[in-house]
Amino acid sequence: MPPITLLEAIRQGIWEEMERDSSVFVLGEDVGIYGGAFKLTEGFIEKFGAERVIDTPISESAIVGAACGAAMMGMRPVAEMQFIDFISCCFDVLTNYAAKSRYRQGVGIPIVVRGPCGGGVHGGPFHSQNVEAFFLNTPGLKMVEPSTPYDAKGLIKAAIRDDDPVLFFEHKLLYRNPKIKQDVPEEDYIVPIGKAAIRREGRDITVVTYGAMVYTAMDAAERLEEEGIEMEVIDLRTLQPFDREAVIESVKKTSKVIILHEATRTGGMAGELTAVINEEAFEHLDGPVMRVTAIDTPVPYAPPLEEYFLPQVDDVLKAARSLARY
Amino acid sequence: MCKSLESGVWSRESDSRLQTPDSRLYMNKDQQLDLYYFMLLTRSLEDRLESLLKQGKIKGGLFCSLGQEATAVGSAYALDKNFGDILSPLTRDMGAMMVMGALPREVFASYLARAASPNRGRDQNIHITDLERGFIGTISPLGTLVGVMNGVVLAARMQGKKTVGMVYIGDGATSTGMFHEAANFAAVQNLPLVIIGESNAYAYSTPTSRQMRIENLADRAKAYGMPSEIVDGNDAIAVYESARRAVTRAREGGGPTFIEAKTFRMRGHAAHDNQSYVPKEVLDYWRSRDPIDNFRRHLIDDQIASSKEIEAVDAKVEARLDEDQQWAESQPAPEPEDALGDVYADAGAKGLTAESS
Repeated sequence: MPPITLLEAIRQGIWEEMERDSSVFVLGEDVGIYGGAFKLTEGFIEKFGAERVIDTPISESAIVGAACGAAMMGMRPVAEMQFIDFISCCFDVLTNYAAKSRYRQGVGIPIVVRGPCGGGVHGGPFHSQNVEAFFLNTPGLKMVEPSTPYDAKGLIKAAIRDDDPVLFFEHKLLYRNPKIKQDVPEEDYIVPIGKAAIRREGRDITVVTYGAMVYTAMDAAERLEEEGIEMEVIDLRTLQPFDREAVIESVKKTSKVIILHEATRTGGMAGELTAVINEEAFEHLDGPVMRVTAIDTPVPYAPPLEEYFLPQVDDVLKAARSLARY
Repeated sequence: MCKSLESGVWSRESDSRLQTPDSRLYMNKDQQLDLYYFMLLTRSLEDRLESLLKQGKIKGGLFCSLGQEATAVGSAYALDKNFGDILSPLTRDMGAMMVMGALPREVFASYLARAASPNRGRDQNIHITDLERGFIGTISPLGTLVGVMNGVVLAARMQGKKTVGMVYIGDGATSTGMFHEAANFAAVQNLPLVIIGESNAYAYSTPTSRQMRIENLADRAKAYGMPSEIVDGNDAIAVYESARRAVTRAREGGGPTFIEAKTFRMRGHAAHDNQSYVPKEVLDYWRSRDPIDNFRRHLIDDQIASSKEIEAVDAKVEARLDEDQQWAESQPAPEPEDALGDVYADAGAKGLTAESS
């Protein structure tokens, strides 16, 4: 098979799960006849029929509500948010119903709610957000964000097979990026939820990141190598529950750590990771845990504004150089 | 504005859209005594819960269905367990759960926050779920379960079953976004769902006239292209009859129905609420329409059952509640660390946040 894009990897993952398991179905806005706004489910309705590829009204709450109910009855629904920004419309059913059901009433809700996230495409305040922090404070939800086609396919399969609700974030900048195309195995495989990947080894500074920022970190690591600084890049892949062990191990090795994410700063993943590192690896730190994140504003539209908003390679370099001095 | 909504007094005689029952004569004696049993069980159970609250044994809120028993019991009685029918009640529909097989001991244990309660002390009220017996507990943000019940019946249909779902919503919660989204979704998907709209005149303290500009809850259904009926919610047989029509239509592929049951909440929103905002004459009016008193009168006047037979049901209710209350009160509270676990399915993720310290 030729190398595939991240979008194609997710498409294949869902397709194969639907072939494997008749309880898997997809629902969302324009996912059927149109094949999805990003064409991720193109061809699905022809193959699996309108009963398993459901075009819904513009009703995120009703979409996820129906997914929850179906999951309780033994189905494995995959609900699409046309843009992940719209997940805020179904906040109640996700946080109050899906997340709490197993704990409250002993009934698991194996749903996947997936959709395109992230900026860099001039989508403005409502088509560019990263929503993980909205849900990080809700025990019971899992969150996944792949950065490579291999991981995307393995993780979407793992998410569909998972017995808990999984929010699956797909960075739209990576969807069709030809530079990250990859060969994926022909045979069935999964990437386990909860395991990080070390994208690049290094002994001086750890960067913990995920999604499209993995590539920002990799670019920065290359530049720093020229300056004699070895940066280790950890791709979390799963944001909740995240791989504490991998993070702590790396911090113990490098003693310096930068958390890099595209979401805004206050109350974000970086704050939580920083707290965990302080609690579990304080003795190993040689400097402050540093955050490189978007600024605390909505995602702006105009290209110069959006570029200013998003973390850049230079921001990582700056943080790394200042940290290297400790 | 509808006068009846303004005043909180709705009269059966003046409502031209009302569906009148015709099966009063066709429901057999056992069925009618069943309705009576479940209504009385509900009320007596709640009376006991109120005593427990006054004794300080119930730590959280207590929400009673006083006056609405006929709506809950009559509607649920129209479901058929042989098809795996399933319902999701509100807190004022304990009777519906009882019809499906929920036990008073489960309700006692739940309100008393005992380890042996169905939700092991982790949730209050009657937020109790048993998919086998056919009931799914509500959650406090109302409207959410209409959306969830869509999925339940959607799944059943995909699995080739003839299951019908029933979901309850109050007049207040028909103002939520989820209600509108889910009712529309049910209609578009032609789902086998029966929505019981409980028009009980007040949402907490807010009268229906401040919730909507339409005269009847049932008018909402028009917007979704969904058939609707209005029924006297204090008449268990009328409610049963209406629900049975809707259940049959749903099972035959006719899609969802909205049934508005006109009733009244005879207590405050919860035990703390003295309902001072309800005029006395309105309460008096509805007291005269008490669903259990009137049903008992019907059983005797229409010679369905003798006083002796009715008293036997009364005794059965009391015996049941004595036994179940005693059992529940003898159960221990959960251990503090029972707060951990079951956040995720996999053991590795159990007590995720608590483990970090």
